[in-house]
Amino acid sequence: MRRGLTLPLILLLAWELASRLGLADPRILPPASQVLLRGWAAFWNDDLLGNLLASLTRDLAGFSLGTLAGLCFGTLLGLSRLGDRLLGPSFHGLKQIAIFAWIPLISMWFGIGELAKIVFIAIAAFVPVVLNTEEGMRGASRQLIEVGRVLTFNRRQRLTRIFLPSALPAILTGIQLALMASWLATIGTEYFMTVGPGIGGLIIEGRERFEMDQVMLGILILGVVGFALNAVAGHLGRVLTRYETA
Amino acid sequence: MRIVTDISMTAALGAFRTQAPRTRARGWVRLVVTALAGFIVPLLALLLWQVSASRDWLPQQILPPPDMVWQSFVDMVKSGELLGHIEISLQRVVEGFALGAVIGLTLGFSIGLSPILDDYLSPLITAFAQVPTLGWVPLLMILLGIDEGLKVAIIAIAAFIPMVINTRAAVRAVPQGLLEVARCFMYTRRQQLLRVVLPASVPTIFTGIRYGLTHAWKALVGVELLASAEGLGYLLVWGRQMFWLDMVLLAMAVIGVLGFAMDYGLARIERRLQRWRIGPLGDPS
Repeated sequence: MRRGLTLPLILLLAWELASRLGLADPRILPPASQVLLRGWAAFWNDDLLGNLLASLTRDLAGFSLGTLAGLCFGTLLGLSRLGDRLLGPSFHGLKQIAIFAWIPLISMWFGIGELAKIVFIAIAAFVPVVLNTEEGMRGASRQLIEVGRVLTFNRRQRLTRIFLPSALPAILTGIQLALMASWLATIGTEYFMTVGPGIGGLIIEGRERFEMDQVMLGILILGVVGFALNAVAGHLGRVLTRYETA
Repeated sequence: MRIVTDISMTAALGAFRTQAPRTRARGWVRLVVTALAGFIVPLLALLLWQVSASRDWLPQQILPPPDMVWQSFVDMVKSGELLGHIEISLQRVVEGFALGAVIGLTLGFSIGLSPILDDYLSPLITAFAQVPTLGWVPLLMILLGIDEGLKVAIIAIAAFIPMVINTRAAVRAVPQGLLEVARCFMYTRRQQLLRVVLPASVPTIFTGIRYGLTHAWKALVGVELLASAEGLGYLLVWGRQMFWLDMVLLAMAVIGVLGFAMDYGLARIERRLQRWRIGPLGDPS
């Protein structure tokens, strides 16, 4: 732990000193302390919290939409052979398109407002959830399926008692990936469609005004939020799959 | 098998399914049918698209007719314009990916092999990886301008992260038993690396390389959308600004096909490498 902190602390100190002593242009490299002060000021004056909340709300809206759709579609692909044959190739083909390439099309169809952003984030979340759900459903053990047949489970029972529980770990992996993908997508949409509040908009604004401290503050927030989302997803995953080892 | 298929959603699908077992087609026939089934939905979509275009259900700026998209594709290929953009994009990806790979693999190996280095560097790398790649664009714009340097740097960052993480994990997961055998044979450090660590960690490292390339391609499109005057991403932006949706659609298609081709290429190399891997591990010489 102490070793892990050494390098970051040295770098921070070097950064602070380089800037304070004039070794680096403070416009390009503002002192670390100034970035934090900027954060403090932005918190009270520039509605930093409002911007953060706007980004997070957008992120969660797109994420939930994409995840829900992804779960349904992934289940269809995983459990229905016909569904997989008809729709699988189209999905796997469209999946190849690098995610940001959707942005121009979406902004032409849905404008550059909130709706367009949420649609884009949903697409980003959709893909990993479909892939993992499909794989999880396919991986259900033959024996369990057999047991279900012996117990004459109906369709719903098979889904909720056999397929969903055995696919759950894979689904959770998909959701965790979707959480990361949708955060990246949130930043992406906010960079491309700069209308409305959001952390991405804040960073772009900082760059346009050449205020490096605001840019760095924004990136710091991106990192912290990304880390927090990942931690939450990881924890949730462990809690939900606890039955596996029990 | 029956139960799995029983879950399919509608009665119509059900009717189709019950016929399937009766016509027990030979293997390759079934393969062709399976392949053809994948075209049904795209063809229906194309048909709907064509009908909607010929009936003017939607304005051309929202959905240009399919033949218009095809025509602009042909035009752009003939004029060599498309190839020029592709070349520039590919060059950027190759440069950025190579840079990211060199740094990522070296760093990954170093921290995988040395626990002390790992203690010092890992938290920093983890922290660095938390920021979405595209997040760095505005910062690097101030530092590097909006020229090639920016694009290559962003692509390198995108490629670097999965490679360093996977390489570290791969090296650490080398079975202790193998290392013990190597020590018994009094392998030198170099021999241990080349004969044991490297072959045993290749599969996981390769996963990292594939992720790295996928991420690099994604980042290329992102950074070209934000700041570029050439390349496939720029084609998208330009098409959007001029409201030429045909250009946007064809650029998307090219991006998809190239992305697939690169990943497919790596997958084939991966399979080759796996075969090679058996040699050094099994060969006692």
